[in-house]
Amino acid sequence: MKKILTSLALIGLVAAGTGAAATWAIAAEEAHNAAAPTHFPIDEPKEISWSFAGPFGTYDKAQLQRGLKVYKEVCSACHSMNLVAFRTLSDLGYSDAQIKSLSAGYTIHDGPNDAGDMFDRPGKPSDYFPPPFPNEQAAASANGGAAPPDMSLLAKARGVERGFPQFVFDIFTQYAAGGPDYIHSLLTGYDQTPPAGMVIPEGTHYNPYFVSGVSLKMPKPLSDGQVTYDDGSPQTVDQYARDVSAFLMWAAEPHMEDRKKTGFRVLVFLLLFGALVYLTKRKVWEGVAH
Amino acid sequence: MSEGHSTYTPKTGIERWFDARLPLPRLVYDSFIAYPVPRNLNYAWTFGGILAIMLASQIITGIVLAMHYAADTTLAFDSVEKIMRDVNSGWLLRYLHATGASFFFMAVYVHIFRGLYYGSYKAPRELLWILGCIIYLLMMATAFMGYVLPWGQMSFWGATVITGFFSAIPLVGEWIQQLLLGGFAVDNPTLNRFFSLHYLLPFMIAGVVILHIWALHVTGQSNPTGIEVKSKTDTVAFTPYATIKDAFGSIVFLFFFAYFVFYIPNFLMAPDNYIVANPLKTPAHIVPEWYFLPFYAILRAITFNIGPINSKLGGVICMFGAIVMLFLVPWLDTSKVRSAVYRPWYKLFFWLFVADAVLLGWLGSQPAEGSYVFMAQMATLFYFAFFLVALPVLGLIETPRRLPNSITEAVLEKNKGGGGHPAGAAASPETKG
Amino acid sequence: MSATDTQDPNRRDFLYVATGMAAVVGAGAFAWPFIDQMRPDASTLALASVEVDVASLTPGMSLIVKWRGKPVVVRNRTEQEMKDGEAVKLTDLKDPIARNANLPADAPATDANRTTPGKEAWMVMVQVCTHLGCIPLGQEGDFGGWFCPCHGSQYDTAGRIRKGPAPENMAVPVFKFISDTKILIG
Repeated sequence: MKKILTSLALIGLVAAGTGAAATWAIAAEEAHNAAAPTHFPIDEPKEISWSFAGPFGTYDKAQLQRGLKVYKEVCSACHSMNLVAFRTLSDLGYSDAQIKSLSAGYTIHDGPNDAGDMFDRPGKPSDYFPPPFPNEQAAASANGGAAPPDMSLLAKARGVERGFPQFVFDIFTQYAAGGPDYIHSLLTGYDQTPPAGMVIPEGTHYNPYFVSGVSLKMPKPLSDGQVTYDDGSPQTVDQYARDVSAFLMWAAEPHMEDRKKTGFRVLVFLLLFGALVYLTKRKVWEGVAH
Repeated sequence: MSEGHSTYTPKTGIERWFDARLPLPRLVYDSFIAYPVPRNLNYAWTFGGILAIMLASQIITGIVLAMHYAADTTLAFDSVEKIMRDVNSGWLLRYLHATGASFFFMAVYVHIFRGLYYGSYKAPRELLWILGCIIYLLMMATAFMGYVLPWGQMSFWGATVITGFFSAIPLVGEWIQQLLLGGFAVDNPTLNRFFSLHYLLPFMIAGVVILHIWALHVTGQSNPTGIEVKSKTDTVAFTPYATIKDAFGSIVFLFFFAYFVFYIPNFLMAPDNYIVANPLKTPAHIVPEWYFLPFYAILRAITFNIGPINSKLGGVICMFGAIVMLFLVPWLDTSKVRSAVYRPWYKLFFWLFVADAVLLGWLGSQPAEGSYVFMAQMATLFYFAFFLVALPVLGLIETPRRLPNSITEAVLEKNKGGGGHPAGAAASPETKG
Repeated sequence: MSATDTQDPNRRDFLYVATGMAAVVGAGAFAWPFIDQMRPDASTLALASVEVDVASLTPGMSLIVKWRGKPVVVRNRTEQEMKDGEAVKLTDLKDPIARNANLPADAPATDANRTTPGKEAWMVMVQVCTHLGCIPLGQEGDFGGWFCPCHGSQYDTAGRIRKGPAPENMAVPVFKFISDTKILIG
C-alpha cells in the first residue's frame, strides 16, 4: 500500500512538473502582446463569495428577488428565459397570490381559439417567461446580427477554463460558481480603456472579461441607480451584477438546495454504512492471513 | 459457468425439485458463493464488482431517463431540461447518469491498469482480457452516443468531429460517414439512431460481461503474486470473503461518486453543452469528455503526412491503433513472470506509461498549438513504444526477482515481515491489502 | 481458512444484523427516486386547474374542455332535463352515491347533489364512462342523458348510471363558479 502511494505521489510530481514546464514554455512562447491578445478572456473572472457556494450553500431569497427585478427591468428587454415558469418563482419566497399577479402582468401569445385565431391573454403561473422577440431571426436583426442568448441556463453555460492545477483544487473547494463569477465580472467590466493599439471592431464594446474576444456586441447594460431596490441594498452596478448573477444561477439550477441537502444525507449514510461493512469485513477475514 | 465438480448440495425439497429441472441455484452457488478466489487479492481487485454496480446503475437510470427524453432535434434539449426542472427527482437521475458515465470510466481505467500491472492478461487469460477490451470499446461507443443525446453544442460538434474520423478512410470514407449520419451533417436521423443504439449497446455490454465472467470463472482470478492457485489453502470462498471486501471497496467508490453527483455535478461537463446545438456555430474550443482525451491527443498529434498516408488518416489510424495495442498485449508481453511486483524494470515502465497516459489526457484538453503539439507527439511515441518495444524487449532482458513457491507462501512471508504469526493465526490489521 | 469463533457470538451477530439492516435501508432509499420519477411532474401539476368562460351557453347547450387530459362537459340544462333529473327516486338508482368531489363521499345522488347550490341548471362532469373509460355521447339513450357506445351504458340527465355495465355515476370534479360566467375546474 505504501509503495503504491509513493508511486502515485511520484507520478503526480512528474505530471505536475511537466504540466508546469509546458505552461511556462507556452506562456514564454506567446511573448505577451497586450494589444493583440490571442487567449480570452484577457482577465480572469473575479471570484465572488456566493451564498450558494459550499456543501451547505443556500440561495439568498432577498437577493434572488432583487435579481429577478434586474432581469425584468433590464435584461428581459433583449434576453429570453424560455425554460423558467412563473410557478417556480415560489422558490424565491413569493406567495401563490404574488406569483399570480406577477404572471398576469405578462402577455402570453396563445391559441388558436375556436375561431382558429391566435390571441393574447394575461399570463398564468403555469406559463413561462415570454421571449422579447418572436423568433431568433428577429432577435438577431434587432441586435446587430447576434441574437442575445437565452438566459435560462446562462449561469451553467458560461465559465472560463480553470486550468491546471486550479481545477484539482476545485474538487475539494466545490467551486461551482464559474458561471455567476463570469457574468458578474462581465457586467462590471465595461468602461475600461483598451490597451493602446488594440483594434475594437465597430459596433462592439471592449470588455476584458469577455470569453471569446476583445469586445462584445452587448453595450454596457447596467448603470448606478437604474433599478430601484425596496430593501435598502446599494443601487450600484456591482450589486445589480451580483444579484442578477445569483438569480441566473437559481434559474439554471433551481434544485441546488435540494441536491446539496440530499447529498449530505447520502454521504453520512455511506460513511456509517461503510464503517459497518468495514467492521464486518474485518470480522470475516479475522484469522485468514492474506 | 461452473468448471469441474460442484459442491452444491440442495437441502430442502424445493431446492432439490429446482435443481433437477433448472439448476440455477447451483449455478449461483458455484459461481458466487463457493467459487474459490485467491486469498491475497488486494483492493484493486474490487473494481470488477464496482464496474458491475456502475453498469447496473447506468442501465437503471438510463431506462428511467428514456421515459422522459424525446429523441428529436427540436425537443431533445428541452426534454433534458424538463427532466432537470420538472420531473420528480429528475435532476438526481440525470446527474447520476451523466456523472456515472465518468465514474464508470474511472473504474474501468483502474481495472485495465490493474490488469496491466499484475499481468492478468497472460496465458491462460488472453480471452478474458480480449473480452474486457471489447467491453471497453462498447463502453466508448455507448458513452459517445449518449453524449450526443442532450443535443447541446458539445453534443453536436463532438458528433460531427467523431463521425468525421470515418471520412478519413480512402475511397469509401464519405459514403460511410453519410451512412452513419443518415444525411450530409449531424441532424435528426443521427440523433434518432444514436438514441436507439445508446439504448441497445449497454445490453450488449451486459452480454459480453457475462462472457467475461464466464471466462474468469474458467481460469480463476489472477492475483498480486501472479502465481497460479496450487492448493486449497491458496484460496478462500467467494462468499463471504470476496463479497464483503468488494462491498467495502464499492462503498468507498460510491462515496466519491456521490460527492461529485451532489456537490459538483457539472465539474466534468463542458459549459457549452448547456447551449442548444447550433449547426452554424462551432464552439471556440471543442474538447471531448475527459475519458477520451488521451486518444484525442494522439489523433491531433499526427500533423504530418506519412508517405502516402495523409495526416488526417494517419491521426485516425494512430488513434484506433492505440486501442488495438490493448488487444495485442497478451502476445506483446514476452515475460515468463506475470506480476510487476517481481519485475523491477517493467514496474518502472508501467508507472511511466501511467504518467504518459495522464499527460496525453492533459494535452488532449489543451489547444493543439505551440509546444503542446510536440509534447503530444513525444507522448504518443512513448505510448506506442511501451507496447511495441518495452513489453516484448523487457520480457527477454529483465531478471525477475525470486518468486515464492505459492500464494500461501507469499502471504505467510509478508505476514512474517509485518507481525510474524504462524499459519492460520489472526492477521494483523496492517497487512490488510 | 476457518474463521475463528472465539469472539462473543452475540456481538458478531449484532454487527452482521446492523450491516444487513443498513444495506436494506440504503437499497430502499436508492429505489425511491426511480419510483418518484413516475409521478406527474411539476409542469403537469401546474395545469391541474382550468378556467372556463360559459357566458355563451344558453339552456340546452354544452361545451367540452380538456382537464387533466380528460374531457369535462359543462352543460346548461333545460327546464325539462332538470325536472327529469329531480323526478328520479333514489331507490331507482343503480349507484345512490353523488360521486361529487365537492361533497362528502357518502352524499346521496339527488339531482341537486350532482350540481352546485344556486346553479342547479349547470352540470359539470368528467364525461368518461365509469365502465372502461370510453367517452359517452351526450343527449342520447333511453334517459335523455348520456349513452356510451362502447358497451351500452346509459346515464340520465344528471349523469347518473341507469342501465348497462358501468358501476358508478359519472364523476363531478372539484369546481366552483368564480363569477356568473366563469367556472374554475380543479
